[in-house]
Amino acid sequence: MKLLKLVPDHTNIDFMRWRNVALVLSLLVTIASITFTIYRGLNLGVDFVGGQLVRVTFAQPVNVEKLRTQVDGLQLGEASIQEFGSPRTVQIRLPKPPGGDAAANVAATRVKQLIATDYPGAKVDSVDTVSGKVSEELADGSALAIAFAMLGIAVYIWVRFEWQFGVGALLTLAHDIAMTLGFFAFTRLQVDLNVVAAFLTIIGYSLNDTVVIYDRIRENLRKYRKMAVLPLLNLSLNETLARTVVTSLTVLIALGVLMLIGPAVIFGLAIAIFLGVVIGTYSSIYISAPVLVWLGVQPDSFLKADDKEEAEAQPA
Amino acid sequence: MLEFPKWKVWLVSLVVALGVLLSIPSLIAGTPLAGTWPKWLPQYKISLGLDLAGGSHLLLEADAQDAQKQRLQAMEDSVATELRRDPRIDIGDISTAGGRLSFLVRNPSQVDAAVERMRTLTRPIALTGNRDWDVQVVDSTRVVLTPTPSGSAAALKDAMSVARDVVRRRIDPGGTKEITVVTEGANRVLVEVPGVENPDELKKLIGQTARLEFKLVDQSANPAEVQAGRAPAGSQALPMADGSGFIAVKRRVMVSGDQLTDAKQSFDQDGRPDIDITFNTAGARRFGRVTQENVNKPFAIILDDKVLSAPNINEPILGGRAQISGNFTVQSAHDLAVSLASGKLPVKLNVIEERSIGPDLGKDSIHKGVIASVIGTFGVILFMLVTYGRFGVYATVALVVNAFLILGVMAMFNASLTLPGIAGFVLTIGAAVDANVLINERIREEIRRGRRLFDAVETGYHEAFRAIFDANVTHVISAAIMAYFGSGPVRGFAIVLLIGVVTSVFTAVYFTRMLVALWIRRSRPRELHI
Repeated sequence: MKLLKLVPDHTNIDFMRWRNVALVLSLLVTIASITFTIYRGLNLGVDFVGGQLVRVTFAQPVNVEKLRTQVDGLQLGEASIQEFGSPRTVQIRLPKPPGGDAAANVAATRVKQLIATDYPGAKVDSVDTVSGKVSEELADGSALAIAFAMLGIAVYIWVRFEWQFGVGALLTLAHDIAMTLGFFAFTRLQVDLNVVAAFLTIIGYSLNDTVVIYDRIRENLRKYRKMAVLPLLNLSLNETLARTVVTSLTVLIALGVLMLIGPAVIFGLAIAIFLGVVIGTYSSIYISAPVLVWLGVQPDSFLKADDKEEAEAQPA
Repeated sequence: MLEFPKWKVWLVSLVVALGVLLSIPSLIAGTPLAGTWPKWLPQYKISLGLDLAGGSHLLLEADAQDAQKQRLQAMEDSVATELRRDPRIDIGDISTAGGRLSFLVRNPSQVDAAVERMRTLTRPIALTGNRDWDVQVVDSTRVVLTPTPSGSAAALKDAMSVARDVVRRRIDPGGTKEITVVTEGANRVLVEVPGVENPDELKKLIGQTARLEFKLVDQSANPAEVQAGRAPAGSQALPMADGSGFIAVKRRVMVSGDQLTDAKQSFDQDGRPDIDITFNTAGARRFGRVTQENVNKPFAIILDDKVLSAPNINEPILGGRAQISGNFTVQSAHDLAVSLASGKLPVKLNVIEERSIGPDLGKDSIHKGVIASVIGTFGVILFMLVTYGRFGVYATVALVVNAFLILGVMAMFNASLTLPGIAGFVLTIGAAVDANVLINERIREEIRRGRRLFDAVETGYHEAFRAIFDANVTHVISAAIMAYFGSGPVRGFAIVLLIGVVTSVFTAVYFTRMLVALWIRRSRPRELHI
């Protein structure tokens, strides 16, 4: 049986030739993402801004406009109503009631009554009520968790490799997170706790490729002491390319299935990780590796003093 | 690597067998096969998180003001009791304003004695050298007790653990349901009740502090003053529960709900719902004595500072049994009876987060999640087979074993499977083969470099391990942080990822290595098709 080789043997792509083009591209998209996130803002769910979320499955496809008028008639503040996963399912978002930390869910109760009387056969799937206090804590906790995860991993890479690699890892992560945030700001997909879980996963997985490539760079730096840095990076990237492609594909196969036919509630989580893997694969090649060049990594940067003498003693 | 000793083969096989054995009860749960699983085999099962099983999640926070108020009230009771003992010290003008308890000592020569006896009421806080109350004398005859911060913190901690037990007893009087009631942080209680879709019932049970007190009605008070909310010294004006104005009662508590042994919903002679209560021995004796001394006077039944009713004492009540009447429905009488029987909440609890999930949503999620997992797994397996041939088969076997191990470990620790946890499972399936990809690509490389078969395999496993290890540590870091910061479903996701990382390194590195070693030893291949 002939085995599938997505990356032919002896592939030799000059990745580093395009590193400046890629850098400009990455910078532009990153800046655009950050600008978008700041000016347009994220569509934060009740987990982070407080309020109430009611998900309802109706017996028949429902007229969202009519439902909106009805809910507005209850005078519960500015409600937002969206289809969720299928035309029979909607989510109704209500702002948090004014005053007090207590999560009074009177509003949700009235919406439930409305639906029970006007839409026989409809089922309330879930009701989330989050007070302002809790949502602030969740938002702070999530931001902290993401920051800690990035730092923790960067420090680990620093300890296991060299400081330049740690910086490279941190920049790669910042790039990946900024882009994914930009995607969420652009699409207005709702950011809830699950999406934060996705961000933390991206932090772990986007570095997966980076670590493998760094490991190979370190190995080659020891092996080929006289090779210039750019060819050495290209060599390392090409040697690990087959693995990068196969692994990214397996993860994308599994996640793609989940995204397409999995439960609607975790669509945000699945698409965030899917995107994170794609971006992470790109950034491990075009951010992680070139950063080492910019930080001045030389073929003999990491040789111990006596190794260096030995290297110099050898005839070229 | 060809030296894969017998004992190692046994060890690895044992771990795999154990994983499969532990995972089976969870897999067959809810199917007709569930009954056929032998009793002598492990019975560990994965529990479903609230988002899959359906149910209610409530996060309750202690009301700080109420905590302080209740603490002052309790202290007021102890002070009154203490100073009434022989030698009696007469006091007046008790006040709890401004978060402090203060009173006047009527006889100035007794001030020092009063302070001394107050000191005996305070307790030292372990390890801090502070006491829980500061006792001071102001204006030479007024004794002031101020709660210290460490005292308040210690009191809150005690109150929270009592509150947790009370909440549990109220929701689950029989102690038979699989509910979660735990304290979180300094002042919170988390309640998770599977199967209860509408949390309003729970909130009704938890919402009542249920502090029951019996006090004598102060008949000397001026009715107009009382309706304005004012009462003479030594008494207080309390609102009626039905909103019909105020009533003046003596501050001194005759008997309190702490001395109940039981409370049941019942009906009075006119068929209206009421509550039968039973006092413990001390409570019964005290109730008997007080009613004996106050025949033909009214007393007030007070719940959470509201007067339910103020009946006349027609005759001494000696048996330790009494009825509480009020404006009850059967349901509200029943709820109150449960609350009284479970004891009062030491502090009022406010709901600050509430989530409820219907059972159908969970079923639908499981259904879709399982289908996605199965299709995703087959996709990955197919890809592995066409890419690596024989070594793809090994990776596949490792993948399947890994799936069993994850479920087995989760069952063993009784971890909850949540909806994001299913996503974590799918993700782990996709990522678990990474170690095999690394190894297999490395073997391909080494063969291209002209190494001989054994050598290539040996080097492949050896060289790839470093990258596998480092890459997985990064996953462990992010998953561990997620497990630490996350709540509920997200923690479920992190736990699946963590378990998956560990088991996948085991299956992808050790388990496949064993398979490869056994194959090479058995058939001594001359060339490697990879």
